[in-house]
Amino acid sequence: MSENKNASVTLNTIRSRVAGDWESLKQKTLITVGSATCGRAAGAVEVLESFRKEISRLQLDASVIEVGCMGHCYAEPMAVIYHPGFPGICYGYLDQGVASRLVQDFLVEGDPCVEFALAATGPNDYIPTFEDFPRGTVEQKHVMKHCGFIDPENIDHYLAVGGYQGLAAALSMSPDQVIAEVKSSGLRGRGGAGFPTGNKWELCGKAPEKTRYVICNADEGDPGAFMDRTLLESNPHLVVEGLAIAAYAAGASKAYFYIRAEYPLAVKRVAKALEQAAQCGILGQSVLGTDFSLEIEIFQGSGAFVCGEETALIASMEGRPGLPRHRPPFPSESGLNGKPTVIDNVKTLSHVPFITQKGSQWFRSMGTPGSPGTAIFALAGKLVNTGLTEVPIGTTLSRIIYDVGSGIAGNQTFKAVQIGGPSGGCLPKEVLDTPIDYDTLTRAGAMMGSGGMVVLDEHDCMVEIARFFLDFTQKESCGKCTFCRLGTKHMLGILERITKGQGKPDDIDLLLELAEDIKAGSLCGLGKTAPNPVVSTIKYFRHEYEAHINEKRCPSLMCKDLIAYYILPHKCERSCDACVGSCPVEAIYSDEDRIKVINQEKCVKCDSCMVACPPQYKAVVKVSPPDEVVRKEKVEQ
Amino acid sequence: MSEKITITIDGKTIETMAGHKILWAAMDSGIYIPHLCSARDNHSPSASCRLCFVEIEGYARPVTSCTEGAAEGMVISTRSQRVDRLVRTGFEMIISNHRIECRSCPRNRSCSLQQIAKERGLKLKPARLEKLNRNLPVDDSAQKVAHDPNKCVLCGLCVRACKEKGAGILGFSHRGFDRVITTFLGAPLGESGCDGCAACASACPVGSMTAKQ
Repeated sequence: MSENKNASVTLNTIRSRVAGDWESLKQKTLITVGSATCGRAAGAVEVLESFRKEISRLQLDASVIEVGCMGHCYAEPMAVIYHPGFPGICYGYLDQGVASRLVQDFLVEGDPCVEFALAATGPNDYIPTFEDFPRGTVEQKHVMKHCGFIDPENIDHYLAVGGYQGLAAALSMSPDQVIAEVKSSGLRGRGGAGFPTGNKWELCGKAPEKTRYVICNADEGDPGAFMDRTLLESNPHLVVEGLAIAAYAAGASKAYFYIRAEYPLAVKRVAKALEQAAQCGILGQSVLGTDFSLEIEIFQGSGAFVCGEETALIASMEGRPGLPRHRPPFPSESGLNGKPTVIDNVKTLSHVPFITQKGSQWFRSMGTPGSPGTAIFALAGKLVNTGLTEVPIGTTLSRIIYDVGSGIAGNQTFKAVQIGGPSGGCLPKEVLDTPIDYDTLTRAGAMMGSGGMVVLDEHDCMVEIARFFLDFTQKESCGKCTFCRLGTKHMLGILERITKGQGKPDDIDLLLELAEDIKAGSLCGLGKTAPNPVVSTIKYFRHEYEAHINEKRCPSLMCKDLIAYYILPHKCERSCDACVGSCPVEAIYSDEDRIKVINQEKCVKCDSCMVACPPQYKAVVKVSPPDEVVRKEKVEQ
Repeated sequence: MSEKITITIDGKTIETMAGHKILWAAMDSGIYIPHLCSARDNHSPSASCRLCFVEIEGYARPVTSCTEGAAEGMVISTRSQRVDRLVRTGFEMIISNHRIECRSCPRNRSCSLQQIAKERGLKLKPARLEKLNRNLPVDDSAQKVAHDPNKCVLCGLCVRACKEKGAGILGFSHRGFDRVITTFLGAPLGESGCDGCAACASACPVGSMTAKQ
């Protein structure tokens, strides 16, 4: 293919057409409401409606648009108001009332209501910017930079912020040069395994077969990971651009988005992005006026976890059951319809436009030598600020958890962090200060995986957490190979009996033995990584397993079968009947002194009494093992 | 593919074709490697039973011999500590999920599980693992064959045999531990167009699909 020097010229023509629109949009009042799935779940649609209604009622000259998510999911619904004379101000925790009030007070009366403001988007004298918070010193946003700021359904916004320049830059190089640039950038697959992206493209590009495919893997399925969804919902054009560059480099003229059908908004926004890109001449017969042509289609997956595995993904696209097959041949040699196929994760592709535009050296200036660039993590669990963050690889866990996530919610103590979803592992506080990259995480017993981080506190039982994740993988196992189908079932059975207090002394060793064999013996990545949560929790929290097995005690007071609820007589207020009323099975009665007592035979351990007991008394406690109640009763007497 | 090469398996020099799967190269020279799901003429083996592990010199870890093509000069060993351990665990898992009633089983003495146990000195009773009985109903509805899913090892040989020699009515359904061999919409064999060729019974390595007398 000849080099296409004119791609930038074509792009500039397209951009000059839209630049005016963007400028005029910014000159008058603009309200952007975060309406990705996280925002919608929190009520963004109602807030949006409220803004619109109030503005039309007051007949103001302001526009309201939907944008994606900027990563501060904890504060949703969020909106940014750009009002002439003020910096852009971001408001969080909105509801319909606050939205109408902002219109009235800010847009009409000129009071920016700083009490609702989270941060400003630019420097000013009275509201700190995002960069002024500890979080701002850790984060380094490139892929997520425009997420939550531009309209994902409007290609003009993306073009106005410099969009598709990476594609234009790539088209001015030969495919081999693009591959060389991506290779020297050291970009590794962000889907989990961390395979060098450039090498994958090269393998496909070198295949003698000329019909090739490129697939964007958006079959995100890890519990606690939602960055692919957010990227597709907030800035789909960036992913489209990355996919187009990958297709150009690998010599494919057909590409696919494999998006799970449970992400309807992502599907809708990507579809719109593809349509707009094609209309502008960025996709289709002659990409940016060059002789490279590319057609992109969306394939909706039905949501099986294993279909994120590349051979299973291909099988499901071909209309067969989504089962993995033996590799080799790798998809880069024989993939979709037997043709060479590149499969890259959403996040991997999102990095690509920056690499072709700014060069591999720029990319290497971030991250660690072995894992350059930034990584996106999804923060979930017992954190104050859950959401998404983009940090340079090599950032320590403690900076992510304490500076970005603002620490553990409810003044609790950090216990562990589960990284990499069900294929990852649980790391204890000793690992908090290790700079994390692909290799350090693997050494510590976890994995980068999709970048999901579930933070756990002292109330989380590590045996139960391991059981939870194994339950997930066991249910999602396709059942094809022996080790995964039966091995995970056996491991789950053992974990279940441990959490029920029926564990046997040899169970820990048996779990480790099975884990090792399942890792070595399974057919695909699902089975090979499924035992990780168990192995890592045994490695770092063996004492908890031993307490369950030897003492029938759950140290975190989480395993229902190993705890009992007990009302401390000296703390019970006597005249308060809150617990009695809350109990669904009438297990609580008053003794002769009107102290409340739980009938252990009747108690179903639903936790209602503990929640109902007013915080000034805190008379209801959990004890483990359950017969601790008897001992406590004796002491009280 | 048709180039003649020499490989060594367990110290024995063997002539075979380049690319020929090691499992079959070994079996053809009288060296037994445990296997359930592989068929000689299947060019895309499912590699699902995970029992045919071997060590190849220069390879970091044991590989399945049904998927690995032979190459000139390969030095292969069918036994090693790692291989034996994988086979032992894999076999124990399969046994834990297989209804053991050898004495009354039509495949007694011609069963692949018995053969593996004998060759590798393994027990037909799980030592470390609990039994995972599924208690599924036996399908006795067809005239010529019977299907006991509780003995099935999910090797898929019957599905293939049925497709190639029979009416093509068998397939897999469900996922994970619930995966079963079934007919369209789970209809009984007798009502699903089974033509009674019993190719499935000949293909079945255990006593799950059996021919009726």
